[in-house]
Amino acid sequence: MFKWLEKNLPKIVMAPAVGLIGWFVYGFVLWTLYISFTNSKILPKYELWGVGQYVKLWGSRKWLIAVDNLLIFTALFLIFCIVIGIILAIFLDQKIRAEGILRTIYLYPMALSFIVTGTAWKWILNPTLGIQKMFRDWGFENFTFDWLVDREMAIYTIVIAGVWQSAGFVMALFLAGLRSVEDEIVKAAKIDGASLFTVYWKILLPMMRPVFFTSFVILVHISIKSYDLIVALTQGGPGISTTMPALYMTQTAFHKSQVGLSAASAMMMFMAVAAVIIPYLYSELRRENAR
Amino acid sequence: MQDSLKSSSYQQLEKKSKYTNMFLRWFLYFILILFASYFIFPLYVMVVTSLKTMEEIRQGTLLSWPSGLNLESWAVAWGGRGYGAGDTFLRPYFWNSIKMVVPAVFFSTFIGAMTGYVLTKWRFKGDQWVFLFLLFGCFIPFQAILLPMARTLGVLGISNSVVGLVLVHTVYGIPFTTLFFRNYYVSVPTELVKAARIDGAGFFKIFFKILLPISAPIIVVTVIWQFTQIWNDFLFGSTFSFGEAAPIQVALNNMVLSSTSVKEYNVDMASAIIAGIPTLIVYVLAGKYFIRGLTSGAVKG
Repeated sequence: MFKWLEKNLPKIVMAPAVGLIGWFVYGFVLWTLYISFTNSKILPKYELWGVGQYVKLWGSRKWLIAVDNLLIFTALFLIFCIVIGIILAIFLDQKIRAEGILRTIYLYPMALSFIVTGTAWKWILNPTLGIQKMFRDWGFENFTFDWLVDREMAIYTIVIAGVWQSAGFVMALFLAGLRSVEDEIVKAAKIDGASLFTVYWKILLPMMRPVFFTSFVILVHISIKSYDLIVALTQGGPGISTTMPALYMTQTAFHKSQVGLSAASAMMMFMAVAAVIIPYLYSELRRENAR
Repeated sequence: MQDSLKSSSYQQLEKKSKYTNMFLRWFLYFILILFASYFIFPLYVMVVTSLKTMEEIRQGTLLSWPSGLNLESWAVAWGGRGYGAGDTFLRPYFWNSIKMVVPAVFFSTFIGAMTGYVLTKWRFKGDQWVFLFLLFGCFIPFQAILLPMARTLGVLGISNSVVGLVLVHTVYGIPFTTLFFRNYYVSVPTELVKAARIDGAGFFKIFFKILLPISAPIIVVTVIWQFTQIWNDFLFGSTFSFGEAAPIQVALNNMVLSSTSVKEYNVDMASAIIAGIPTLIVYVLAGKYFIRGLTSGAVKG
């Protein structure tokens, strides 16, 4: 008995982690999947109902708006974060004075919660006392910046705040990537007469492919899950114009008590994330095994 | 003669490139500072707004300097105005968050360290798959587990309590903490462990005598990561707690959204800073470890 215990001690020590994740991640996802095929309202029902909830979901105007918003947000969020992140990383890589301070400034928003970020930007963007008033007081009397209360434009305020929060993170990833390149490669290229621009454009950035890939995956992941920022900034409004899937899911579950429908929306989010993450994990593991 | 010709044209070239270089340098700093102001702007606005009176806010602009060090809105944000019902302030929720963060960080870090240790130093057939099994937990959208979690907390009788949130944060922190420790211990030479095993050291002795003493950096990274994640969480806090058991981010959001009486932006900003200050302090003091957590949480291996 004692012998058995000693032999299996490592597995016993590992059991809590595996058990907890097995139950609370895999078990729960399966439960949600099952519920998405039932006609559950306030309380879960366990009688199968087919794909009715998914049909209902994709027929819902609010969900379609949420998906639309997600696509707009993801595209802009990705482009701006990556472009700003790369520019800052390359510029910081030029033996800049006060690099440490600048880096700290670019990255500190990552330490704040999305609720804090949203609260701050909501105040800055509010038309009565925020940026709009600032410019009008400065003499630009026709200056208008009321995206926060404009149905068509409100989604872009979420982009502004989201990019503010996450661009520094991309900068950190790329800076780490650039610093890991051996100096000899750059020196050799310079001796061959390549300009600094060519060195970056033709040599260094192509070498950063894994960093692009990582940034892409992390940013898409953040954007699919975005919830807090929208709650703090717009609550999905004006109207339902800035609803996103994560917000749709919680509202459907906890305000409208449509448990089956919200489970279906959660599973759609799950599948979207899986579509991005599984290839990523696969390639990362292959890279690791190749080493 | 040819020599001097060459050198003069070379000097010209060098002079020209010196000017372009200087121009480029200025351009570089200009862009860097421009972005720095974009990033610093909201923080600046938050701080000055929190120090103004509402009168000053209405009259001045976002950027205008406060007339003095007016700390009243800070006092209101932290301790309220002292009239009973409807007077929400952050102090109790701040302590809720502390009571939630400390145990959750401790348990998740401990479990992650143990699991990472087993996965690297007591390898067995299929351990790669176990790792992958755990790793996937880093990425699931939590919406897919919210409904069953709410029911489970109800069944356990710990919904709407700090204990419930500790459980939730511990469980969903394990994939990350395991990832951190596993990647750190992978680089520790296995020979050390093998030698100790031959000397008759057991499972726990090897962990506490060999691995734990060299684990300080990764413990710092993990604790900072978990602290930041849990302190800043809103989804779990707002779904599984309300009223008195809420953590600070939920309370902040409720305060800002509450539409009773006149909107007090100075109090809102003071509250936001209070909710953000613990993680900001950690970031400023231990930025190096914070960034390491961020990048290795993202780029594994």
